[in-house]
Amino acid sequence: MPQPIDRDEMRRLVGAGAQLVEVLPANEYKEDHLPGAISMPLRRLEKEARSSLDRGRPLVVYCWDSA
Amino acid sequence: MYDYEDGKLDWLAAGLPSEGTNAERPRAGDVARKDVPTCRLDERLGDVRDRVREAGWDACVVLNEERVVFGLLRSKELETDPDRRIEEAMRPGPSTFRPFVSIEEMAAFMIEHDLDSSPITTSDGRLVGLLRRQDAAKAALELHEREHHSDGGKA
Repeated sequence: MPQPIDRDEMRRLVGAGAQLVEVLPANEYKEDHLPGAISMPLRRLEKEARSSLDRGRPLVVYCWDSA
Repeated sequence: MYDYEDGKLDWLAAGLPSEGTNAERPRAGDVARKDVPTCRLDERLGDVRDRVREAGWDACVVLNEERVVFGLLRSKELETDPDRRIEEAMRPGPSTFRPFVSIEEMAAFMIEHDLDSSPITTSDGRLVGLLRRQDAAKAALELHEREHHSDGGKA
């Protein structure tokens, strides 16, 4: 289960080297995403996470909001 | 694994920079005037009016100590009894908009609803700046012309 964090904590983690992943559809990522984030839409997350992400670094995911 | 629960909405609503195709297009927070005069609820209207006029403005945003927007003073409100307190003279609870709203959307809305100016705030109500209708319309027009021109004039 992912641990919920706020904006300040997210910035701290990313500043310390965490990977930042947007799980929204690719077209939404293309329009706007957080600086340095990579796109991994939810439906591809399971499949791509193992090959694309560094298991040695913390991972922060986000979508549009908490709803 | 961590979940930034408030997500992209929280980030953009705070007026923080983003990347992507929209990042190059002006938004409400980019065009809003950050130098808008501000005042507190307990000030005297006459003092605020003098300050606003000296700064060359005809509007003032009323804030609390945490820069949360409480009201707006337009020309109409600024012209009333100088001895009133701002709390009594202001237009309370003005409609506010988030910084990430596109400037075209803002210009269309302000023209349609005849709004001279709109405070732009973060999602927790803190002032980013005041968007004036003429600034929004000008930026939207410039964007349209730029995109139309770069498109080789195609409709």
